[in-house]
Amino acid sequence: MAETRQQDLLQTPLAALHRSLGARMVPFAGYEMPVQYPAGIIAEHNQTRQSAGLFDVSHMGQARLRGGNAAEALELLVPGDIRALKPGRQRYTMLTNDKGGIRDDLMVANTGEDLFLVVNAACKGADFAHIRTHMPKGVELEEQPDRALVALQGPKAAAVLARLSPPAAEMRFMDWRALEIAGIPCTATRSGYTGEDGYEISVAGDRAEELAGALLEQEEVGPIGLGARDTLRLEAGLCLYGHDIDETTTPVEADLVWTISKRRRSEGGFAGAETILRQLSDGPPRRRVGFRIDGRAPAREGAAVTDAGGTEIGTLTSGGFAPTAGQPVAMGYVTAGNDAAGKQVGIVVRGRSLTAKIVGMPFVEHRYHRG
Amino acid sequence: MSTLKYTREHEWIRVEGDEAVVGISDYAQQQLGDVVFVELPDVGKSLSKGDEAAVVESVKAASELYAPIDGEVVGVNEKLADEPALVNSDPLGDGWFFRIRVADAGQLEALMDEAAYKSFAEE
Repeated sequence: MAETRQQDLLQTPLAALHRSLGARMVPFAGYEMPVQYPAGIIAEHNQTRQSAGLFDVSHMGQARLRGGNAAEALELLVPGDIRALKPGRQRYTMLTNDKGGIRDDLMVANTGEDLFLVVNAACKGADFAHIRTHMPKGVELEEQPDRALVALQGPKAAAVLARLSPPAAEMRFMDWRALEIAGIPCTATRSGYTGEDGYEISVAGDRAEELAGALLEQEEVGPIGLGARDTLRLEAGLCLYGHDIDETTTPVEADLVWTISKRRRSEGGFAGAETILRQLSDGPPRRRVGFRIDGRAPAREGAAVTDAGGTEIGTLTSGGFAPTAGQPVAMGYVTAGNDAAGKQVGIVVRGRSLTAKIVGMPFVEHRYHRG
Repeated sequence: MSTLKYTREHEWIRVEGDEAVVGISDYAQQQLGDVVFVELPDVGKSLSKGDEAAVVESVKAASELYAPIDGEVVGVNEKLADEPALVNSDPLGDGWFFRIRVADAGQLEALMDEAAYKSFAEE
């Protein structure tokens, strides 16, 4: 196919590098992004599970929230416990709407001086406008569009990064710190979107190619596109915004209640708290669950889920063939009372019912470095 | 051995006597990426040209394979059930999809030969 460069799409600072590596570029959230390299999605998936993979996630939104009361102010918009977040630590939470739905999911780190936020590419404009609207005097949001973000993921990520930046080895899962990597000033968190140990590294856009080059020079590391990023996060049971979670799903329905601390459950005081706290006490009308599907045929977003008698009980929000699990897996929502692990269900694909079982997630065990 | 003919939907067909073998082109398998599942038609099914005959699931998405000509399905590639990746590794050989009894040989004349398909796919 002719590699036509799409004029209206944004480029990350690594676009030229992706092309030089032979990536197939596709439009994603307004950016031209690599969906796969010549190795292919399954090989890239396995590379990440077995060794280490480098992902360009520079399309995501980065920002700093500054000011003495930043944590208290942000807590009005998210159910996560931001006040309890210690310097050098990061946490996963969501921006909620007044009905308890999820505007976006995001990472929040306490840098010791301010809060560092990472939000989804497709939502970043709306997220930052929303945050800005709700911040009191003295709390400032500074977007960082000139910074790039790369993720180094996999069982060999720690050894690779320690070679280029020895202090990286001291970090535990969800730690944040400033690091000099191959002589380049960066900030990093020990986290990611694959279920593997690894790091997400923020760097000035004009040093991003140099950083990516230094990482790709390490023999354990290969470049990984969005295709494998999706199979990896699906196996890890992690939500994809706009598919598994959106404005109509609450954190309780999405089975993300672990992100809401005891204090926040008792105090409330965040957007949508009325609905979310009611669902916490009474149970949600539906819940996100995992499915392991018999046979080899994958089932995808939108497929209906039925009980053994053929009555519709839910819908898939993500699904596909899971390379490491070695079978098709999916996630989706089923109605209350139909969400027990072990339940046999049907999933309708092209008019036929595939047999499947509701299971706990992840589909492939997380291997985070909890120290 | 007879030569391959191609459709605009990136299927190939190779006539062998009064039957023909059908698969997808090398270009098509490259575009699809890793194939993880193939749903084949039932043997005995009567297909009309353009009918949805099979479904190819890659990691990314599901795609249809359309019947290049009219005819009855007389055999399918059972190996694809366990080894769908044959579609990637040998699309014109072991990665074939099904055999069809040729109902109207005239329909083959409308299909592209290798050279015509090559320039079509490169457009």
